[in-house]
Amino acid sequence: MKLLGALLRRDLILAARQGGGVGTALGFFLTVLVLLPIGIGPDQITLQRLAPGILWITLLLSVLLSADRIFQQDFEDGSLEVMAMAPASLELVALTKAFAHWLSTSLPLSIAAPFLGVLLNLRTEIIWPLTLSMIQGSLALSLLASIGASLTLNLRRGGLLISILVLPLYVPVLVFGMSATTGNPEVIMPSLLILSAIALASLVLAPIAAAAALRAYLK
Amino acid sequence: MQQFANPTRFLSLANGALPYIWAVTLILFAIGLYGALVTAPPDYQQGETVRIMFVHVPAAWLAMLVYTVMALASAVAIIFRHPLADVAAKTAAPIGAVFCFLALATGSLWGKPMWGAWWVWDARLTSMFVLFLLYVGYIAIWQAIEETGRAAMIARIVAIVGFINIPIIKFSVDWWNSLHQPASVFRMGGPTIAISMLWPLLVMGLAYTFLFLALHLISIRSEITTRKLRNLQIARSENR
Amino acid sequence: MQITAENLSCERGGRTVFSNQNFSLGSGEFLQLTGPNGSGKSSLLRLLACLSEPSLGKITLANGAPELTLGQQAHYIAHSDASKSALSVNENLIFWRDFLGGGDLTRALDSVNLSPLADYPVALLSAGQKRRLALARLALVSRAIWLLDEPSVGLDEASQKLLVALMSEHFKAGGLIIAATHVPLGVKPHKNLHLGGQA
Repeated sequence: MKLLGALLRRDLILAARQGGGVGTALGFFLTVLVLLPIGIGPDQITLQRLAPGILWITLLLSVLLSADRIFQQDFEDGSLEVMAMAPASLELVALTKAFAHWLSTSLPLSIAAPFLGVLLNLRTEIIWPLTLSMIQGSLALSLLASIGASLTLNLRRGGLLISILVLPLYVPVLVFGMSATTGNPEVIMPSLLILSAIALASLVLAPIAAAAALRAYLK
Repeated sequence: MQQFANPTRFLSLANGALPYIWAVTLILFAIGLYGALVTAPPDYQQGETVRIMFVHVPAAWLAMLVYTVMALASAVAIIFRHPLADVAAKTAAPIGAVFCFLALATGSLWGKPMWGAWWVWDARLTSMFVLFLLYVGYIAIWQAIEETGRAAMIARIVAIVGFINIPIIKFSVDWWNSLHQPASVFRMGGPTIAISMLWPLLVMGLAYTFLFLALHLISIRSEITTRKLRNLQIARSENR
Repeated sequence: MQITAENLSCERGGRTVFSNQNFSLGSGEFLQLTGPNGSGKSSLLRLLACLSEPSLGKITLANGAPELTLGQQAHYIAHSDASKSALSVNENLIFWRDFLGGGDLTRALDSVNLSPLADYPVALLSAGQKRRLALARLALVSRAIWLLDEPSVGLDEASQKLLVALMSEHFKAGGLIIAATHVPLGVKPHKNLHLGGQA
């Protein structure tokens, strides 16, 4: 446990010190938020209707684009080899690194996103459901992204490939994240519960898949 | 990894079985198409366009069946380390993707007279679309990784992760659709289907299955030959 | 402690890298791997580190810790330094100490003569200094088996002496070293394994 704590602390420090952390992801988020109204048109009512969807999809893309950081550098500088020889299982290492990605990138984004929704005239009564659903959903997003990151480790054009591999897996998170923002109280609670279930299932599945992929690349 | 457990025996078995499989495929298609185009009555609402169903529905079935075959083969490859299983999974993917594309294309053709649009975000079509993306990702992995052993391992993970997610995706898409279109526009299949339409549908499903079997055996055969050839080339370059 | 390799073969990408290698190594012994590029020295070290599996044959470890794999009882120093340039020397070592199971930080820094640079960010270190930082892991965390891939590359004369001192101390403590190298390391090997065709 102490060993995983050390890993978590290190990954968080690295995320804070190096570029490509939450700052860059937030910059990306804002850029998309500026471009979309330009593409769609400034009509307040249209933007208000589209706001939750835009925010969710931008969140998906931001998490995905920052995912290569989870394993890539540690693979390139040899750290991952040493980690594979530690007395901890590679599954736990993968889980800890995905968790660090959530804490350092996805979680701050999902807390900030609903407030950035002001730019899109987001209805105030769905700020809370949106925040709650994004916090839970983003955990699943980071974990699923860690699968993609491990599968495309060290591949040229990995960025495109990771999108094809991971975005289809994001469909359920997007669906239930969106259905939490319909404003219909009968749908909000089940949606949030299903999102938690998806996050928990990813918590089990993702480290197993990611560790298996990492082993294949370390061979 | 590169040596096949029993490639010669597999090849001779496949070569022996293929003519019979082709024969069965042709007979099934003849019966199925006769039933679909001649004996089945036009639908009282949809008219003659309902006949697209006999091409569309079995293609969708096969797209799901083939992904299942791929995932099972990948699991076999992990558990028993039988290298032929990787080949089976790899070669099934493009065929499954074609069935999936066929289902999407015929669904779109069907949509035009039904809904007046080439594409409607119906729950089934959307799930099928996501399945198509899963196929594309799986095929892309094989193309992106050059070393065969590593590509095989990564592809197994992709196939199994995708397979676990298919029911979840299906469930979520149904949920999404019911949220946005409370009254289902369009129902097909189900127990209400008339027997005169059901039997051609089932025969067409069987015909598609045998077609897949034949195509799969052929592509496994050519994949084995390709790998043998490559190993011979490597061996020759080493001996030089 | 005794490492025995029987009948070891290694395959990469369908190509046989080496085949039918046998050796055994006991406590306090040093096995030197030599051979031309591509003869499989690094591949053999990775097999021993349990990062990959032999295509044929097996590696056994006698009198080790039974609940751990050979890899988990070994240090593997490869070409890459496994250090983070955004962290300081100290922070890098503290992480590996906590992650790999404890050790003496000051002693490790002294053994590779990096104490004066302890608070420097690794980004500012030279290639040789980074190499020494990687070697510091050997002294930091005590593990019986050392797998070294060209450990002396990039080291100046003084640093090579430090490496020799580290290795000699390890033998005295009963450790095992398997090192791949093109140049003599300054420590006389007990055994030599030449890979790659005719010696």
